[in-house]
Amino acid sequence: MYGKGLRSLSISTIAVMTAALALVFFYAPLEAEQGFLQKIFYVHVPLAIVALCGFVAGGIMAIQHLRTRDPSWDMRSYVAIHMSLIFGVGTLITGSIWAKGSWGHWWVWDEPTLVSFLIVFLLYATYQPLRFAIEDPERQARYASVFAITAGAFVPLNFIAVRLSTAYVHPRVLGGTSNLPGPMALTFVVSLIGIALLYVTLCKYELTAKHARAQLRALRRRLTADDAATPPVRRSRSAAPTTLHPAAMMTARVTGKEGL
Amino acid sequence: MGALLRKELLVELRTLESVPGMSLFAVTTFVVFHFALNRNVVEGDLAAGILWVTLLFAAILGINRLFVADAEEGGFDGFLLAPVDRSAMLLAKALTLLVYLLVLELVAVPAFALLLLGPSLGHALPGLIGVLALGDLGVAAIGTLVAALAVRTRARDLLGPLLALPLLVPIVIGGARASSPVLASAHHAGPSARWLLTLGLYDLVFGLIAYALFDFLLED
Repeated sequence: MYGKGLRSLSISTIAVMTAALALVFFYAPLEAEQGFLQKIFYVHVPLAIVALCGFVAGGIMAIQHLRTRDPSWDMRSYVAIHMSLIFGVGTLITGSIWAKGSWGHWWVWDEPTLVSFLIVFLLYATYQPLRFAIEDPERQARYASVFAITAGAFVPLNFIAVRLSTAYVHPRVLGGTSNLPGPMALTFVVSLIGIALLYVTLCKYELTAKHARAQLRALRRRLTADDAATPPVRRSRSAAPTTLHPAAMMTARVTGKEGL
Repeated sequence: MGALLRKELLVELRTLESVPGMSLFAVTTFVVFHFALNRNVVEGDLAAGILWVTLLFAAILGINRLFVADAEEGGFDGFLLAPVDRSAMLLAKALTLLVYLLVLELVAVPAFALLLLGPSLGHALPGLIGVLALGDLGVAAIGTLVAALAVRTRARDLLGPLLALPLLVPIVIGGARASSPVLASAHHAGPSARWLLTLGLYDLVFGLIAYALFDFLLED
């Protein structure tokens, strides 16, 4: 069910990403002050925007989970946050490179966007430790959702607080792309779409993989259960349930692969 | 609710588990800061920073212990059996934490003034009380939520602080910025209204979030 449309999505992601890279390197003009270095902007800023949107989306999915009690929402929220964390690492690394190049330091404290991103990232870094420290799958999903909602609300608040505390140094892009010249704005928008598509595709892959693994495990369990119950009196009863609680797959990931 | 609060405070009075430890920790931390920074007196930014960091870490000691007795001795089960609203527990715990923090500050702030603070506390006190009160509200709301979230995990002693610190960063920003002009020696200005407003809004939002989400943590 999660695999539907995966191929077309992957192909369009590759197409848009290629187009974005082509635009970045061959179309977008060199910036007057920073020269070639400025091109990291087309990777760094979309990564940051997509990661933050992913964190907030994870919170919204967690609200859905708490409202509907449907464990698949919890899995979506988990995947969204997991992927955002990976994109967040990318954001911090590209941001550091950019800061080193243009300001001469790997880290600049008087730059609110980078600092607040770091705080958000540190908070979300505790998501997985929290999640995997709870054994019961149902409670794990519930607690993780509570965390995801709290942290999702924290993202914008934290940005406001940190921004208030420092003077603006960071190039303001979220305020509007109108201050960018036309070709740069076009390149930026295409890169943003490309990275967003990449995020969605990777999330979909992870969801599909998790779903497939759960199905496989359920089938395997049914197979071994069938073997064990050789006098098949009540086979339907001894068989393991075909659908597994999705959160259980995530516990299985840390506690080690289950035997065959 | 009143009964719950009374029970919490009574337990603390009988066992003296949290508050004395928190206060002692705060005083010891001031001594550590004296040696680590090699300063005899501090003022302004530095004073505000030391005070807030110390209070924050002392608060985390209390946050870590807030639900431990309930988790270990079956307090949660007893509470869930009682025919009361679940938010009552949040409110009682948050108020308990608030009382802990107030007692902590009754000890820590005079100790800070005695040990490290350059400018006299008398001028700073009215402004400082307002800032601390707003900060305490936020710490109580966030701390209770985080404590409930972490208490029934395997690594609760580790997860509590890890979860609480990033969430409390805006309170430190607001608190330290608001109290640094108060603790400066040069001019006796009040805390800036902008930071008080930020702190107040943050308290409000997280109070509501904790209120909305706490029920889900008590469901089994």
